Amino acid sequence: MAKPKVGFYWCASCGGCEEAVVDLADVVLKVVEAVDIVLWPVAMDFKRSDVEAMADGEMAVCFVNGAIRTSEQLEMAELLRKKAGLLVAFGSCAHTGGIPGLANLYDKDEILARAYDTVPTVVNPEKARPQPETAVPEGTVTLPVFHESVNTLDQTVPVDYYLPGCPPPVELIVNAVMAILEGKLPPKGAVLAPDTALCTDCPRKESKPEKLSITEFKRPYQIMIDPEQCLLAQGLLCLGPATRAGCGSACIKGNMPCTGCLGPTSRVKDYGAKALSAMASILDAKEEETMDAVVASIADPAGTFYRYSLPASLLYQKIG
Amino acid sequence: MTKGLIMTDGNATWEPRIVAFFCNWCTYTASDLAGTSRMTYAPNTRVIRVMCSGRLDPQFILDAFRRGADGVLIGGCHPGDCHYQEGNYKALRRFRLLRRLLRQMGIEDGRVRLEWISASEGDRVQKVTNEMTEQVRRMGPLKLAAIPTPVHAGVAVE
Repeated sequence: MAKPKVGFYWCASCGGCEEAVVDLADVVLKVVEAVDIVLWPVAMDFKRSDVEAMADGEMAVCFVNGAIRTSEQLEMAELLRKKAGLLVAFGSCAHTGGIPGLANLYDKDEILARAYDTVPTVVNPEKARPQPETAVPEGTVTLPVFHESVNTLDQTVPVDYYLPGCPPPVELIVNAVMAILEGKLPPKGAVLAPDTALCTDCPRKESKPEKLSITEFKRPYQIMIDPEQCLLAQGLLCLGPATRAGCGSACIKGNMPCTGCLGPTSRVKDYGAKALSAMASILDAKEEETMDAVVASIADPAGTFYRYSLPASLLYQKIG
Repeated sequence: MTKGLIMTDGNATWEPRIVAFFCNWCTYTASDLAGTSRMTYAPNTRVIRVMCSGRLDPQFILDAFRRGADGVLIGGCHPGDCHYQEGNYKALRRFRLLRRLLRQMGIEDGRVRLEWISASEGDRVQKVTNEMTEQVRRMGPLKLAAIPTPVHAGVAVE
């Protein structure tokens, strides 16, 4: 029997998701035994024409990481959707927009002006901007078009499953690959991770007080962090109460608070609003006069609560 | 077509749409009183009764904006008067934090308002509703960018 064909592809991402595949370590050998990798730009030499030459649905599954910001990424997402039986949004950026999704706090012109003009290391007196087409003596050279906003993968093409995380935890990747190989998949549209909040798995949950009450949120550099006690009880902004479990509490074990990369559980529509609600609820402030000072200890609410999910949020993009 | 357009004398004009979340025990009762007292006020609010202002999930406010509201008004019991002891304090904390997030997203302070209105203050419902309607009218329609429709396995989901 021919081995199922598998592809990996990247769009607007940092490469960390590719690293997660490498982190499979010796397990990756088992995966390679069971499947044929037919596309993996970061590690192997395949061209777009190789993908175009495939029959529709020929690839059993394609894992796509990264958000969608350019016309090239959109074209590849559409092409891979056609060629793959199952399309899996791999990692926070493909799932909910991720860090690149924070670009939706700015409009396209602001971003281009920053990158091509006002960054101190840039010298660009003609104020040149990247053009989709440029005539040169040899002919016309082209660049992908930079879209108005960042989109999640499922805002551009139909997605079958989601592997959350920044990057997805090894255990979740292994479980997903095994489930695909054995044909034991949940209903389409599912996030391939537990559907509980991280606090239920937290190794520090016994030290969480009955009632949390915080007068000022502190940032990790401001205090000596106790390695045993609940991070919220220490005044750190830990998003465990609002974030999906499945990471093995990796950050907590590294003595750092959860920043919410696995996104919301299935009952939540807007991760940032829910996380904001959870944090505001445990603040200890009643007087209208003092409340703003307490609330101000969260320096950047949009960046904190939508760190990985602005394009997937109800507001989607800053009003220009 | 621009949202919120209504026909007046054959001309299409824009009217502000305001979603009002009123708590069952104080502000909703106050708006009942305003009604039975035959007070007139701007018809631009759509009132949604919640048991407590503390029940108000910030998702409701964002969803209201996403579904076409130009402003959101929240009414709860005065500090110390909450039927559930402290729900209104919780609402206030969420409101203050959410307002900062909304500013970052380009939604001005005038589009969200939190007011303490007790069950006997029907006249305050009238005043606040009128003020908010005029304020949002001056600000104009909220112009949120449209979200590309998410699709799962070929089926568009809400």
